[in-house]
Amino acid sequence: MESDKKLIGRSELEKLFSQWQSQGTRILAPKKNNDTIDFALVTTLAEVSLDQVQTVQSAKTSVFPRVEELFSFTSRDGRVVIRERDRNALPATVLFGVRPCDAAAFAALKAIFTWDSPDDLFSARMEKMTVIAVSCARADAYCFCTSVGGGPGATAGSDMLLTETGPGEYLAEIVSEKGLMAVGETSGLRPCPANVNKEAHLAKLEPAFAREKVAPALARLFDDAAFWAEQSLRCLGCGACAYVCPTCACFDIQDEGGGSGQRLRCWDSCGFGLFTLHTSGHNPRPVQSQRWRQRLMHKFAYMPERQQVLGCVGCGRCSRACPVDMNILEHVRSITEAKP
Amino acid sequence: MSMAGIFKPYLMKIEHIIDETPDVKTMRLAFADEQEGRNFAFRTGQFGEYSVFGEGECTFCIASPPTRRGYIECTFRKMGRVTSSLAGLEPGETIGFRGPYGNIFPIHEWEKKNLLFIAGGIALPPMRSVIWNVLDLRDRYKDITIVYGARTVADLVYKRELTEWAGRADVKVITTVDPGGETEDWKGEIGFVPTVLDKAAPAIASRDTVAVVCGPPVMIKFTFPVLTKLGFKPEAIFTTLENRMKCGVGKCGRCNVGKYFVCKDGPVFTLAQLKDMPQEY
Repeated sequence: MESDKKLIGRSELEKLFSQWQSQGTRILAPKKNNDTIDFALVTTLAEVSLDQVQTVQSAKTSVFPRVEELFSFTSRDGRVVIRERDRNALPATVLFGVRPCDAAAFAALKAIFTWDSPDDLFSARMEKMTVIAVSCARADAYCFCTSVGGGPGATAGSDMLLTETGPGEYLAEIVSEKGLMAVGETSGLRPCPANVNKEAHLAKLEPAFAREKVAPALARLFDDAAFWAEQSLRCLGCGACAYVCPTCACFDIQDEGGGSGQRLRCWDSCGFGLFTLHTSGHNPRPVQSQRWRQRLMHKFAYMPERQQVLGCVGCGRCSRACPVDMNILEHVRSITEAKP
Repeated sequence: MSMAGIFKPYLMKIEHIIDETPDVKTMRLAFADEQEGRNFAFRTGQFGEYSVFGEGECTFCIASPPTRRGYIECTFRKMGRVTSSLAGLEPGETIGFRGPYGNIFPIHEWEKKNLLFIAGGIALPPMRSVIWNVLDLRDRYKDITIVYGARTVADLVYKRELTEWAGRADVKVITTVDPGGETEDWKGEIGFVPTVLDKAAPAIASRDTVAVVCGPPVMIKFTFPVLTKLGFKPEAIFTTLENRMKCGVGKCGRCNVGKYFVCKDGPVFTLAQLKDMPQEY
């Protein structure tokens, strides 16, 4: 649908929050918890924190929980009964206050979970979620959305995008049917006057590299072991980058609870040495430099080729979280600038 | 929405267990739900995720041929948590199975050709499916040769079937064990698979022949050059990759070799395809 532009004030937003509450829709939004700001359940707009550049964790937990039950089972006297999750019981959700980069990341997750054998648990969560993003008025040194096709005011992946145009006043771009539904019959939404200049309220962020150069450069550098060793010398293989990444979707499947338990899907990371280790002891990617190369290849070469979507939205979380200060922006830039 | 999720396994009843070696077992599995069993179809080369509820899942090929319907078989070595638990089960008990996954051995393209099967150790099971498949359609193929080696005589799997195949006039079987792995009454070859293959080569047709190689990485590495020397084209040499897997459906990210998913684009690859892939297998 064509984007519908309105002006909306804080008090109308408050009304929307109570409207969603009364419909039984859960609201996930950035919330301050001691020193960190992360997505959590909220009931009022007052609880929502919108001043930060970015939350520590991404919003992917909303559709790809850290640990998710695939089904449960009881096994007794050789008889096994499997109980599937009730998809209807999955909560209707408004994801409020994500940044445009996080909203864009859902396209990458969707590509992974719905190609070939669609994962209906993921799809059910996705279908029941409305994404209401808030544009970025500020960026920090780790942000690089404009280098990977996004922007501080981009609407991709959002059902509605809010841009603060004045104190307590937002430009609301309603970009999907879900966005329209989320607004519902709320009164107080005003038509957007022609003189509202969205761009003036957005962070300025120059692209740091040419993204069309990344995949060819990676292909050229693939066999340059020395290059990858140098790139990854500091990497501890801790997996923090993958855990905070909004598009990383590698997972493990584990059983818990013994004979009457659950089969669980848990986050995993290609940066871990155990990730590819065979039972025999053979490991296709035995050293960290190969695992770091895999991380970059997967995001910037394999996903674009196989799934027509970049596996990176430039949120910068991996660089902020890295305990040894590896900065993906610098790494990718150096890849595009490496001499053949 | 009551559709079954993609990770929901079939419930399978263990019908029969064969001890192949002290730590390798073959299990025949029947679908607990007969209707599911009737609807189930697979093709040779495909694999599945087998599970012991409460312990987890592990990945093996389907070791029986699609020409034998009503059951599937798997052969596994007792190694980790799931296989150890699986090895402790008895006939009548229930396990889970998801599949079939992955691509196939293109046996219809191999019709009217000679077939050369080369396997090492615990890698005979994926080949057993395709061997029985072509033997069940025997008149469509020309010469069939099987070269199989293991570290020791005790490590040879499917001993009864090796004897059965060797007894057939329309199959040539060469078995070998690594030097030092022989017993006093061993009548087969002694030597590594690539060496034995090289020695046997004059009796094996390499024109209009398809080679299928499954084995540990080191065996595969030294077998390819022998085949190439014998005149096999990279397109006529097939193997299966055994990367670690969890989901089997191209999502968990574990089996990636370059842009390929072993679980979706494989596990069957030709040497020609492998030459274009990074050596991450």
